[in-house]
Amino acid sequence: MLQAILVITGLAITFGLLLGYASVRFRVEGDPIVDQIDALLPQTQCGQCGYAGCRPYAEAIAAGEAEINRCPPGGETTMVALADLLGRDPVPLEDQEAAEKPKSVALIIEKDCIGCTLCIQACPVDAIVGAPKQMHTVIAEECTGCELCIPPCPVECIVMVPVKPSLETWRWPSPDEENLLETGT
Amino acid sequence: MSTVQAPIWEFYGGIHLPDHKAESTRRPIAIAPLPHRLVLPLQQHIGEMAEPVVQVGEQVLKGQIVAEARGRVSAPIHATSSGRVVEIGEHRIPHPSGLDAPCVVIETDGEDRWAELPAPWPDYTAHHPDELIERIHWAGIVGLGGATFPTSAKLATGEAKPIHTLILNGAECEPYISCDDMLMRERADRVIAGMQVLLHILGARECLIGIEDNKPEAIAAMRQALDDAGVSQARVVVVPTKYPSGSEKQLIRLLTGHEVPHGGLPADLGLLCQNVATSAAVANAVLDGQPLISRIVTLTGQGISEPQNVEARIGTLVTKLIAFAGGYTPALHRLIVGGPMMGFTLHNDHVPLTKGCNCLLAASAAESPDPPKPAPCIRCGRCADVCPARLLPQQLYWYAHARDFDKVQDYNLFDCIECGCCSHVCPSHIPLVQYYRFAKTEIWNQERERRKSDLARQRHEARLARLERLERERKERLRKKKEALEKKPKGATDDPKKAAIEAAMKRVAAKKAARQEAADGAGVSANTSSED
Repeated sequence: MLQAILVITGLAITFGLLLGYASVRFRVEGDPIVDQIDALLPQTQCGQCGYAGCRPYAEAIAAGEAEINRCPPGGETTMVALADLLGRDPVPLEDQEAAEKPKSVALIIEKDCIGCTLCIQACPVDAIVGAPKQMHTVIAEECTGCELCIPPCPVECIVMVPVKPSLETWRWPSPDEENLLETGT
Repeated sequence: MSTVQAPIWEFYGGIHLPDHKAESTRRPIAIAPLPHRLVLPLQQHIGEMAEPVVQVGEQVLKGQIVAEARGRVSAPIHATSSGRVVEIGEHRIPHPSGLDAPCVVIETDGEDRWAELPAPWPDYTAHHPDELIERIHWAGIVGLGGATFPTSAKLATGEAKPIHTLILNGAECEPYISCDDMLMRERADRVIAGMQVLLHILGARECLIGIEDNKPEAIAAMRQALDDAGVSQARVVVVPTKYPSGSEKQLIRLLTGHEVPHGGLPADLGLLCQNVATSAAVANAVLDGQPLISRIVTLTGQGISEPQNVEARIGTLVTKLIAFAGGYTPALHRLIVGGPMMGFTLHNDHVPLTKGCNCLLAASAAESPDPPKPAPCIRCGRCADVCPARLLPQQLYWYAHARDFDKVQDYNLFDCIECGCCSHVCPSHIPLVQYYRFAKTEIWNQERERRKSDLARQRHEARLARLERLERERKERLRKKKEALEKKPKGATDDPKKAAIEAAMKRVAAKKAARQEAADGAGVSANTSSED
């Protein structure tokens, strides 16, 4: 009896020391799961999830503070990928309507722009160029379509234009979408 | 010598289809009339879109470059007749999406005058292979079998991958299409001449010309041309008619017994495959100095009055070609670009003929029936029996249907050649290839989105870093200012104005003191005079 208690206690101490040492020796700076979540997010930095950007949202998800369905630009694809990564159950998107919006980029109506630089300060990816009292313009290639530049504009000269499909971005439709397959498989 | 039959291997899968080639091979190749309007899409090849180098209103000559290639995997676009550029803009093109794409539109002047062309090189052996590849690049030649990969890029395999065998693809396995057949029948000498140039460029020691056994006239003509040219390193190899023997990997298997490895290229095996029409275009470019401005296209199907092959200028509108072949018949049900297996439906015939367009099939309802409603997969496995790429089509279908794009790639989706054998034999009429095409483009799209989001992340992080740096610098400036102020001697005031006033007062006081001294020396009179 005593022997057994001693053996168990001895084992517990050994493993405790081992684990304690390992946690110091192999310490990982930062949280790798946050990076993995962040990699799945669309990086629009739009804040529609209620956080200040994609990374803060990723941190919140990792901490278990936020649900995985709050990213409208990512849509269902991102939600499912997050569910896969975190071993959670997929949940319906919080804002289905916003998720179904077509992909758009901001466009400054240049004749109305007064050169106030407010939109430049709002753009999270520095996709707007311009200088005080000079006309501004959006680099469409870099625009993530987050719409953060729209509220600060005092003259409402920024509009969102849907991205036109090109030969490069065109996709074959799924036969399911074409309602060819009505039977369940 | 060249009539000796080489051993033939077999490829896995494939299907036997009624070939329907006789309809369009009864007449010789006709020359389509010069149209009034030529629409030249800037993207007629795989790779970077060509960049226009002409202005609207500019006069151009036949063979003049109207759009330059951008990079090596790209091809220039030439004016296919002389005339005036009337528009550079979006125009409907033959593409399954039905989208518009940038085109140069030329109104022809009917003179069909050639631009100044580079010198013909009948003695091509005197030229370095690199020079010849450069010439082929200039000529805008792309794979004319339909793949449209720039030929110059394919030939430039470099020293790393020496090519010992050139394979000329004259199999033309897809039903209805007969443009390569007619080319070999009528212009075999051109194909052989191009082949000799290609052999010289590659330094290859032999050439195998694969032709299906349903083209006896073409086989005879090619053998004759080989004998006439006295080429001993090449031979015609007759392969059995089985779809898709004309697919690059399948033809290589048939002719050499080798399998192109997964993710590899024929060049890894020392092989290089070119279509016979591409070879003829190489002959035109090198021996005559002419760019690729026309191609042979099969016009066939019960929906067309006079099925035949025509040689037409690139950029000719499909309506004009159909009109040349006697117009549509009432049987027309669907207009298809390419063949019935791999082609796509054209919803509008006001699109131009492109370099890669080998066939226009005006199919009747009997030839191309509307697909019946798909039924559930019954797991019969017939698709796997016929898949020439030895894939598991039903697994691919499950995962593409479920949008599980990781899994579908685990089953080697990208080895699928989209030949359509699986869909053809499916007893449930499931449009399998549509699922694979959907999955492929969806995966490419996700990849593109991922790259874009990575870029956005980088830019966002760079912005945050910049804002942080600016804030730090601002704080640093403030701190320095504060320190500088604290360093100043105790008595000094903060305000520069006050300091200036103090300094001035000090100066006045010093002056006064100096004057006082002088007055003391000069006596009282000065003092009194100052009081006056």
